Amino acid sequence: MLVRWSAAIAATILLSSPVLMQGARAADKLTDPQIAHIAYTAGVIDINAAKQAQKKAKNKDVKAFADDMLRDHEAVNKQALALVKKLNVTPEDNDTSKALAKQASDKLAELDKLDGAAFDKAYVANEVAYHKTVNGALETQLIPSAGNAELKSLLQTGLKIFQGHQQHAEHVASELK
Amino acid sequence: MKPGRLFSIALVFAATVVPAHAATIEITMENLVISPAEVSAKVGDTITWINRDVFAHTATATNGDFDVTLPPKKSATLVLKKAGTVDYYCRFHPNMKATLKIEP
Repeated sequence: MLVRWSAAIAATILLSSPVLMQGARAADKLTDPQIAHIAYTAGVIDINAAKQAQKKAKNKDVKAFADDMLRDHEAVNKQALALVKKLNVTPEDNDTSKALAKQASDKLAELDKLDGAAFDKAYVANEVAYHKTVNGALETQLIPSAGNAELKSLLQTGLKIFQGHQQHAEHVASELK
Repeated sequence: MKPGRLFSIALVFAATVVPAHAATIEITMENLVISPAEVSAKVGDTITWINRDVFAHTATATNGDFDVTLPPKKSATLVLKKAGTVDYYCRFHPNMKATLKIEP
């Protein structure tokens, strides 16, 4: 999941061909309303994944992990909504949000076909990959592009908490093997 | 009647007895950081953890002595009953770690 997005981000950072540099410039132009939309969408995606896992997961560590994801991502998104309201900003849909949402719904459908240990493993593996991608995007794109100081600070708190999620997911994944 | 004298006795009593046993130590959890990360206290002291985050946290002793739950923006207290050095962390965010040094 999100392979294309993460590949695009990695490419814009690591490579310097003219086309990719153009991509990087386009990425630099993300506005605060777009950044807010991307961050919120990314949260909703993980909330939906956690809700699916709460219904389908069998392993107790996987269930507990899903509970943690739901609690933390809902808290961050609640904070994000309060902030955009306070700043009188309307989150603006954009290509990155759309690509994220599309890939996430494909992944939900894919995971829905799995059960038991196979589901647990696939869900946790995807959580590792997903948090890696989102954290990379926060670090290299969203946080540096954010103009408003409060938005930037919320994204930084998000990064910190999601880095913990990534470690947690990696730990659960290693226990499942 | 010597109310003045009685009052001064009460004051002395308060000054000598209470502080030795009733210290309250505040520890904050903010932005996923516990601070101070190391606290010295005595048996009988009260620890108050203040959660300033929008996230739920816990103060969970690695040795099983305590497991305090801290809902978002709430605080909770614990009276220390046993001496020893106790490491604790947040079960939800295990990168949050701290230590209590509890003297008898």
